[in-house]
Amino acid sequence: MPARSILFRGCAALALGVAVFATAAVAQQRDPAYAAARAAGTIGEKMDGYLGFVGNPSPDVKRVVDDLNIKRKAVYAQQAQAQHATVEEYAFTSGCLAIARTVPGEKYQAPDGSWQTRGSGAPQRDARCP
Amino acid sequence: MKYPELTDRPSLARSLPMQDERNGGRGQGRKVAQAATVLVAGSMMLAGCISVNAPDKPIVIELNINIKQEVIYGLAEDAQKTIDQNKDIF
Repeated sequence: MPARSILFRGCAALALGVAVFATAAVAQQRDPAYAAARAAGTIGEKMDGYLGFVGNPSPDVKRVVDDLNIKRKAVYAQQAQAQHATVEEYAFTSGCLAIARTVPGEKYQAPDGSWQTRGSGAPQRDARCP
Repeated sequence: MKYPELTDRPSLARSLPMQDERNGGRGQGRKVAQAATVLVAGSMMLAGCISVNAPDKPIVIELNINIKQEVIYGLAEDAQKTIDQNKDIF
């Protein structure tokens, strides 16, 4: 095999790797509309592992959140099957963790079902949460 | 001529209880006795040494909580990874 061909293939593979990495990096960031709604407290993390609306959402926020919840459910379903659990069990576990990861100022759902604003301390979580 | 005859013999059988259970006889007697026993036992229970009443509220056994906590603890590690790998939707 000529040296030039090997070099070309190496460059192509590198370019492909960079492209995949860049795509992954983009996919790992929150959509600006989602981030803004979280920070504003118009949406919050629910106990069941999905996002909920604290008040009446604007159509844009509703569309973004509905889309995220569908994506979450797909991920929950895939992982639940791999872990031999139900989607609800996996979603609930993720909800526990997602509430724990909220930052001060964000909204989350307390065990009594009410919306709470995350303070500097630990959030109120279900007794079953790890 | 004098005929030989047993003295003090029992009277002849007039019924064949073994052959005639369906229409009465000993079988019916037994059933009556059983019914009487049930009645007596029933009346003794009614007289009431112990009375057990069904509870008004349904009995609820909450197994759900324990099972779920075990499951949640088993899933926690994997769920952490999943959230880390899908930061765009969490």
